[in-house]
Amino acid sequence: MLSVRDLESGYGRARVLFGVSLTVEPGELVCVMGRNGVGKTTLLDTVMGVLPVTSGTVTFDGRDITRLKPHERVRLGIAYVPQGHDTFPQLSVLGNLQVTLEASKGSPSALDEALDVFPALKPLLKRQAGYLSGGQQQQLAIARALVTRPRMLILDEPTEGIQPSIIIEIEEAIERLHGSGLSVLLVEQYVDIALRLADRFVILDAGRVVREGEARELRGEEVQHLLAV
Amino acid sequence: MEAFVNQLPIGLSIGAVLLLIALGLTFTFGQMGVINMAHGEFIMAGAYTAFLLPGLFVPSLVVAFFVAGAMGLVLERLAIRHFYGRPLDTLLLTWGVSLVLQQLARDLFGAPNVQVKAPDWLAGGIGILPYNRLFIMGLAIASVVGVWLYLVRTKHGRRMRAVMQNRRLAATSGIDTGRVDMLTFFIGSGLAGIAGVALTLVGPVGPSLGTYYIVDAFLVVVAGGLGQLRGAVLAAAGLGLLNSYAEFWSDASLAKVIVFAAVIAFLQFRPQGLFTVRSRALS
Repeated sequence: MLSVRDLESGYGRARVLFGVSLTVEPGELVCVMGRNGVGKTTLLDTVMGVLPVTSGTVTFDGRDITRLKPHERVRLGIAYVPQGHDTFPQLSVLGNLQVTLEASKGSPSALDEALDVFPALKPLLKRQAGYLSGGQQQQLAIARALVTRPRMLILDEPTEGIQPSIIIEIEEAIERLHGSGLSVLLVEQYVDIALRLADRFVILDAGRVVREGEARELRGEEVQHLLAV
Repeated sequence: MEAFVNQLPIGLSIGAVLLLIALGLTFTFGQMGVINMAHGEFIMAGAYTAFLLPGLFVPSLVVAFFVAGAMGLVLERLAIRHFYGRPLDTLLLTWGVSLVLQQLARDLFGAPNVQVKAPDWLAGGIGILPYNRLFIMGLAIASVVGVWLYLVRTKHGRRMRAVMQNRRLAATSGIDTGRVDMLTFFIGSGLAGIAGVALTLVGPVGPSLGTYYIVDAFLVVVAGGLGQLRGAVLAAAGLGLLNSYAEFWSDASLAKVIVFAAVIAFLQFRPQGLFTVRSRALS
């Protein structure tokens, strides 16, 4: 479904990724892991087109999307939930969802479906998104991504800095979405969450893939060592 | 006391013109971060539009909106969009464009000022309130309300606000930010065109008309708080009144000194302007 080949990118002259390759098969959940600063977010930003590619290719559904703009990638069916529970702070919760729905020209029922994933948002629809708690904002961020009815969901540390009760809800939601056949590319720092959710994993270090495998291999000591701070 | 009262409508109508100009700048400068020195020349273009349509005052408001808006759109597409995130380069670029446009106006219409005949129904007034100045205030209020409704009630307005609040997120949410920028520039510049038509009611039209107002309009945006509609309204009224009273009790040059000093002093106490965005996401 998604295939990244020999990807190199970075910020200005500072190179961050040195030839990263990975694939996500249809319906698969792949977890990108690694310590802080190894290029996980850079990888997602490049896949999404926020950062320009220095070299290498990104293909989605067999189509080369390396040079497409972010909004064109969204229209092809990729949805992105960036790091840090981003919202449009001065729009209402409903406004956040609507503006995304309108941009993707989707049907209004997509909005209801997204809210069914996080029913906790329903009483908050009229509230300004900037005043929600971090956990609520993250739920909104995921719901907003789902409004576009994506075929592939990309999540950047969706549980980072979120209160534990909501972490469970978010984890369960990701599990259900994956179970319903959605392809997911997930960046996650915690091995236990990755173990519960992922089919496969990829570990980055210093902008390169240093290890990949089936989720159960995450229990191995060698892998634990790669992730230890 | 009588002089004080007589000066009131003058101050308020200057404030109204500043507001019309600043309204466009709250979009392009306050929210997109583009310092567009050519914004003043969109005012001038609006004023000359009124000059070219004698006897058609109200239609010229609409035409001026589209003329100035189209100029802004072309400027954004051809030049400014290549300089996003580089404010100093943008400043130089648009200043150059501003000089070119002024010279173009001199070539087309001649260097001397021209007079636009105000429509008869704007002659006279109620007591100390001349109709023409009342009309300008009404126009400014209508524009503010129109812009507010557009931002809050329409799809495109909502999209615009989303881009202003979080450009990156807007792009990755599927919004074509380039198109939104284009439209934002169109509307912001169009409002300057309307301000230009309004200015023909209170003075002559010349190639350098815009330069008289552009700095004050930027002051309004900064003092009101970047990108804040209500801040712009209050700051425009305040600056307009201060301007006209200072001018009345001293002279034009000293008045500018007083206004600048007042704004600098104000910004010492509230560097963020009258209003600011407060939310968890930004704190």
